[in-house]
Amino acid sequence: MAAEGEAGGMTGYIKHHLQHLTVSVGEGPFMALNLDSIFFKVLLAVIFLFVFLRASRRATAGVPGKLQCAIEMLIEGIDGIVRETFPAKTRFIAPLALTIFALVFLMNFMDMIPVDLLPASAHAAGIPYLRVVPTADLSTTFGMAICVFILIQYYAIKHKGVGKFVGEMFTAPFHAHGAVGTILLAPANLLLRIIEELVRPLSLSLRLFGNMYAGELIFILIACMTLGGSFASGLTWAMAPMQFLAGFIWTAFHILVITLQAFIFMMLTVVYLSMAVQEH
Amino acid sequence: MSITVTLIIQGLAFLAVAWLVMRFGWPSIIGAIEERQKKIADGLAAADKGQKDLAEATSRADAIVREARERAKAIEDQASRRSIEALEAAKQAAQGEGARIVAAARDEASTETNRARDQLRKEFGTMVVAGASRLLEREVDAKTHAQLLDKLADEIARG
Repeated sequence: MAAEGEAGGMTGYIKHHLQHLTVSVGEGPFMALNLDSIFFKVLLAVIFLFVFLRASRRATAGVPGKLQCAIEMLIEGIDGIVRETFPAKTRFIAPLALTIFALVFLMNFMDMIPVDLLPASAHAAGIPYLRVVPTADLSTTFGMAICVFILIQYYAIKHKGVGKFVGEMFTAPFHAHGAVGTILLAPANLLLRIIEELVRPLSLSLRLFGNMYAGELIFILIACMTLGGSFASGLTWAMAPMQFLAGFIWTAFHILVITLQAFIFMMLTVVYLSMAVQEH
Repeated sequence: MSITVTLIIQGLAFLAVAWLVMRFGWPSIIGAIEERQKKIADGLAAADKGQKDLAEATSRADAIVREARERAKAIEDQASRRSIEALEAAKQAAQGEGARIVAAARDEASTETNRARDQLRKEFGTMVVAGASRLLEREVDAKTHAQLLDKLADEIARG
């Protein structure tokens, strides 16, 4: 792999690869937009919606085509999972789960593209930094996890009512019999509840981010094997087969990881939402 | 790798996609699946019904065929019985006729025999009378000796 032309050798190469293309929209480090993450997420969302909505508009109850078969398989699987897990009737949870699975899978799949291909192309086109895997950006995963968190609270209130929702904050998971006991246990219950609720989006987003970030980093490290090597050097010729082998193995393994992570994100979302509507 | 305001846009994009999927994509595909499931269920039910109908029709046809066969056999039996009876009757009629013809022939033969015998006797009587007259050299008057001749003829006939 060719170096990005930055000074600093391997360290510079890695640092360069982990730099987002950002534009500042305000004061401080928080007010920065990661344009690359947004661009690729929106691009993948548009591709997904184009394929999915086109297929759904052409969906026929007669003999389905191959694309319709594939989509129906996915939809039936997700619908089954949601029906089994989610106790109430809902119109939104199953499409939400499908969206999570498809979007996360597609975003993860960007990891399968050779690690230097798009950044190098972009560099040639004058874009200095480009990270192509939106799920290796904590903002993306955290953004989705926060949406899931908000949905959890929304569904909990919708199915239990505000009174019960607030009441459960102070009375579960520790149940007391007398009024005094209830009051005594209320702070502990509230604390546990807050921790429980905050842990969910954190674990959701950090799990996905961690897996994809590590995966991307390992692709970058594999790419470093022949970094800056020239055809005249014997080391390049020795390392090239190693790099090919390592890249092949990690890519093959990563196919499992990206699918699994997409499935876990979807499944946990459904489970969290189910737990939210169930009474303690 | 820090959290930035990007997350708001990413979250909104995510929700927008989910909403679009729910609003425009999901129902038509689930609808198509359910409609197909219903079609298949209907088709299977129809096939079951058809099979049952077929079995019923086959058994009905079998019954009809069996009945027809029985009727044919009865007709055949009756016909054969009738033909045997007719044959028997014809045989009996023929035998009767034969017997009658034989009896008539026998009667005729015996009548003929008697007639021949009578004639023979009569001729014999005449010949005896002629012989006797010749012996007596005298004409026997048939009229005067009719009684005697008759008696003689009777005796010959009896003897």
